[in-house]
Formats: sequence, structure tokens, C-alpha cells
Amino acid sequence: MISIQGLKKSFGPLEVIKNADLNIEQGKVVVIIGPSGSGKSTLLRCLNVLETPDSGMISIDGQQLDFNQRVSKKAVGAFRQLTGMVFQSYNLFPHLTAKGNVTEGLTTVKGVSKKDADEIAERLLAKVGLADHMDKYPHQLSGGQEQRVAIARALAMDPKVMLFDEPTSALDPELVIEVLRVMKDLAQEGMTMAVVTHEMRFAQEVADEVIFIDGGVIVERGAPAQIFTNPQHERTKKFLSLLQ
Amino acid sequence: MYLNSVFLSPDRIQRLQEIASTSIGPLIEGAIKFTIPLALITFIIGLVIAIFTALARISSSKVLRGIARIYVSIIRGTPLLVQLFIIFYGLPTMGIVIDPFPSAVIGFSLNVGAYASEIIRAAILSIPKGQWEAAYSIGMNYSQALRRIVLPQAARVSVPPLSNSFIGLVKDTSLAATILVAETFRRAQEIASMNYEFLFVYSMAALVYWVISFILSIIQGRIEVRLDRFVGKSGGLS
Repeated sequence: MISIQGLKKSFGPLEVIKNADLNIEQGKVVVIIGPSGSGKSTLLRCLNVLETPDSGMISIDGQQLDFNQRVSKKAVGAFRQLTGMVFQSYNLFPHLTAKGNVTEGLTTVKGVSKKDADEIAERLLAKVGLADHMDKYPHQLSGGQEQRVAIARALAMDPKVMLFDEPTSALDPELVIEVLRVMKDLAQEGMTMAVVTHEMRFAQEVADEVIFIDGGVIVERGAPAQIFTNPQHERTKKFLSLLQ
Repeated sequence: MYLNSVFLSPDRIQRLQEIASTSIGPLIEGAIKFTIPLALITFIIGLVIAIFTALARISSSKVLRGIARIYVSIIRGTPLLVQLFIIFYGLPTMGIVIDPFPSAVIGFSLNVGAYASEIIRAAILSIPKGQWEAAYSIGMNYSQALRRIVLPQAARVSVPPLSNSFIGLVKDTSLAATILVAETFRRAQEIASMNYEFLFVYSMAALVYWVISFILSIIQGRIEVRLDRFVGKSGGLS
């Protein structure tokens, strides 16, 4: 489903991702862990081209972007629609209601009629447990509710892959659970997911594969049981011991 | 004693009442026919110029940024009165003759465009980067993200400073008197030059401007309350 080859990204002199290769199969949930500044968020943001890689290739669902050449804005726009992104700080549109946040992409980008978009939004908001909050503005919602609206907004575009960039890091502990539950449901429905998170229990319970990144390099990857109980690399061991 | 005889004698009070009743009509007519339309038209044209100038100033194109910068610098760095004189009295020497009202529209629009572009630029830059990213992440392009997500929020931020600009503009339109537009202040000048009641007639003109500004500030308050509905006081966005 996702294939990354030879991906490189620098910010000025700082090489954030050094030659990353990665494959994610359809329906799999991959959790990306690593210390802060390791490049894990950047890797995720490269997947929907919020960061433009310096070189390398990304293909999702058979569509390919080759960053060794110039990529057109139009190609990037089409490519982004293959992925849905959930941000740490939700980034809901504050001037739109919960429902408006979900319908916006449908009507503006996909040209869906207002009526059909409303139906889709109502279905998705009910799915993330917000049937009673559709007409509220973001500032009237809790962080956990906001993040669930953000998930519904991303799902509305019918993405092939869902990307989660530390989706629960800004949330109070009691609100983390409700967001993780929605993510678990999605995983069980067979959604392909790439998740950057510090929630190790989520990784253990839901992930098919855990990837450990440090210093812009994919250090180690494997089944969660293997990574958490029997890590092979020194750096992985050190990182995991710090989390205990 | 002298003051009393000048200001409060029954004759004088009667004379001022007559002047008031005969001149209030022309003053209000000047406001309705020229001051208010001039302010409204130039503000709308000026806002359109301002939005494009603001976008040029934050664009990635060096040429666009340069042009916008020079435009803003020239307009802000020279007196409005001088600009009006150049358009109305200066251009005819090159064979370009423009009537008073259109001259005023050109001058004031360019002025509003330059000043408001700074307000709009700051408002656009104040919208968190995450809003652009969220818009892009659902497949929007630059102009969709701008129109649907960023500008509506920037508009909310710009209402108070733009309202101030508009009230300032209403008062600045009195400068159009110098290029023969028959607006409120020019009417006052004409009336005062006939009866020599400068203090009284100009005070009446001042009252007309103040009433307009007062009404505008009430409208501003209403717009802000309306827009506040969907913007939380505490924010909630990082």
C-alpha cells in the first residue's frame, strides 16, 4: 500500500531523514516510535507532502511521487487525497461547526453536494461518537472530542491510508482513551494506518509492526512483542528503558 | 460683556437658528451624496487592492513582493493631500483630466489599499500554520485554503483595525473638498464664506462627521459580536 524508497529530508544543515526505505502493507497498522527530534513526525509529514522530501520516492496505492524530479502542485494535491492526516493539535477549522469541518473537504475539494456531504458527515460523526455534537464549534468541544472530529474530517475524504501524528499527546489522560478507541475501531475495520505515538500500550495492542527511528534512521522494526520484549539494538533498548 | 453681546443676544440666537436651519440641509446632502458614497466606494475598492497587495507581500515571488512593497511605501510615505493634488491638478498637465469625484475615488482607494494591506497581511500571518496544513491535508490547493479557511479567520481578526480605518477614511474624505468635490466640508466652507459664521458652521460640519462615525462604531460592535459566535474567547488552537 505504502512504499518509501531512498527518502531524504534536511532542514538547512540538519539531516532529519537519512535515506529511509519502508513498506507498509494494506490493512496494516504501523506504529512509529523514537525520541523527540528523531525524524518520526517528519517521515509521516513527508507521506502527505506537508514536508517536501529532498529526494526519494513515495508510492501509495499505486500512485507514485518521484522527488528526484520536480513534482507539480497538482500531482501533490491529488497525492494528498490518498492520505488522511490527524495532527497533534487537531487543527480543526475554528470558524466551522463539527459538521462543517467534516463537509468542507467534500464540498470544496470533491464537489459533493451539500446534502450528500451532510449525510456523510452525520454518519462519520456518529461513528466517532459525536452524534450529539455536530452543530458545535470547536471551542465548545473538549480536546478528545476535537480530535475525534479531526479523525472524521480526515475519513470523509475516503483516504487509502490514515496518518496520525502524535494524536493523543496534547490530551488529558482521561481523554486519550476515547481517541485511542476510535483508532482501534478503525484498525479493526482494516484501515491502513501509520501512527506516530508515545502510547506504548496502543502499540502493543493494535500495531502489526513497530518501527523505531533515531537520528533520522530506521533503526529497528518488527512485531510489537519482539520490539518491546526483545529489542536487538542498543539504541532501542535505551529508548524503551527510558519509558519504563 | 462683549462675549455676551456677541453670542447670546436674542438677535444673534435668532440669526444662528436661521443659519442652522438653512445650512443643515446642504451639509447632510453633501454627506449623503458625496461623503458616505465616497467612503463606501473607496473602502470596497481599497479592500480588494489590499487583499491582493497583502497576498503579493507574502507570496514567494520576489517580483510581486517588490512591487507591493514599493506601492505601500510610496502611498504611506507621502501625504494624502499631495496625492490628491497630483491626481487632480498634476495629471491634467500630461493631458489626463479626471473629474473631481473619480479623482477622489482613485486617490482614496490607493490610500486605503496600502494601509489596509498591512492590516490584512498581519491578519493572514496570524492564522496558525496548522490551519494551512489541515486544509492541504484534505486536498485543498492554495486558493481553496486561502478562501475557505484562512481568509474567513483573518477577516475576524481584521474587523477592529479595518473599522478604525473606515472611520478614519470617512473623516479623511473632507480632504476631497480641496479638489472641488461638493462633500460635507466643502458645503460648510461655501456656507461660512457667505455668512462669516466660521465657528458655528464648521461645528455643524463636525457634528455631521461625528454622527456618521458614531453610527459606524455601533455597526462595528454588532459585526464583532456576530463574528464572535464561532471564535472561542480562549482559543483552543495551538
